[in-house]
Amino acid sequence: MKNPFENFDKILEHRTRLQIMGVLTANDSYDFNTLKQLLQTTDGNLATHIKALEKEKYIIVQKSFVDRKPNTRYKISERGRSAFKKHLDAMEEVIKNQKR
Amino acid sequence: MKSQQEIHDDLHSIRDIMEKSSKFLSLSGLSGILAGIYALCGAIMALWLSIELRVPNYTSGTDYHIIRKAPQLLWQLTLIAILVLAASITTGLILSGRKAKKQGTTLWTPATYRVIINLIIPLATGGIVIITQIIFGNYEFVAPGCLVFYGLALIAASPNLYEEVRYLGYSEIILGVICGFLPGYGLFFWATGFGIFHIFYGALMFRKYEG
Repeated sequence: MKNPFENFDKILEHRTRLQIMGVLTANDSYDFNTLKQLLQTTDGNLATHIKALEKEKYIIVQKSFVDRKPNTRYKISERGRSAFKKHLDAMEEVIKNQKR
Repeated sequence: MKSQQEIHDDLHSIRDIMEKSSKFLSLSGLSGILAGIYALCGAIMALWLSIELRVPNYTSGTDYHIIRKAPQLLWQLTLIAILVLAASITTGLILSGRKAKKQGTTLWTPATYRVIINLIIPLATGGIVIITQIIFGNYEFVAPGCLVFYGLALIAASPNLYEEVRYLGYSEIILGVICGFLPGYGLFFWATGFGIFHIFYGALMFRKYEG
């Protein structure tokens, strides 16, 4: 039997990263502060995970200013969308296999 | 390697966060019930005003004729409609704000802004169309116009709201179309769509999400 975990995406194994990808799949774009509030996490923690996703080009960062305050928005990239889908499929596969 | 339980929890947390991030889940069912009650009060006032005016030949089924015979009624009815609308929006904001606080979130999320934009476009369009029809004296268009455009607005906003809102939208459109075929019963249909339907769907949502 092949290893069902081989399709898992190492970058996406952390739950917070999965949640970030989920939010960006369900919404056109999302900003840092609302995301922090939603995931109930800290600045540093969220920034670390976002950096990891950004490095992998799974998300696109858009920096702009609103009322002279920096406003950072995140979008999912096509690459990120297909990676997220693949990872979800792999998760489903594992659950299906173990149910049998 | 992750255990099956962990993967299960991961999937659950993703689904949960996707829904929370994209839906305005603080919408209060109670405010729907109250909006319905305001609308019924408004309709009763409108009926009372029409009877008070003792418009000659007033019988049920000819209510748009009353405005033609008593033009001052147009402004009184408009005032009632504005009061009902203002009271409903205020109640909705206050109760939804309270519910958001209880849920540990705020009222103003990206989903809320999307709901407002999706509501405003069909409502403003409908409002302008209805005003043009009032200018040309087609009063029988007001009630079906309100119902149909309100229904369209609800459906446009429903992806970011509880699913009941979409069904309320369908109901309003069907009612509005029927109303269009029965001119003269506008007030009755208006009271049903904005009064009874709001109370019914508000109660449904209240039981399901706030009970």
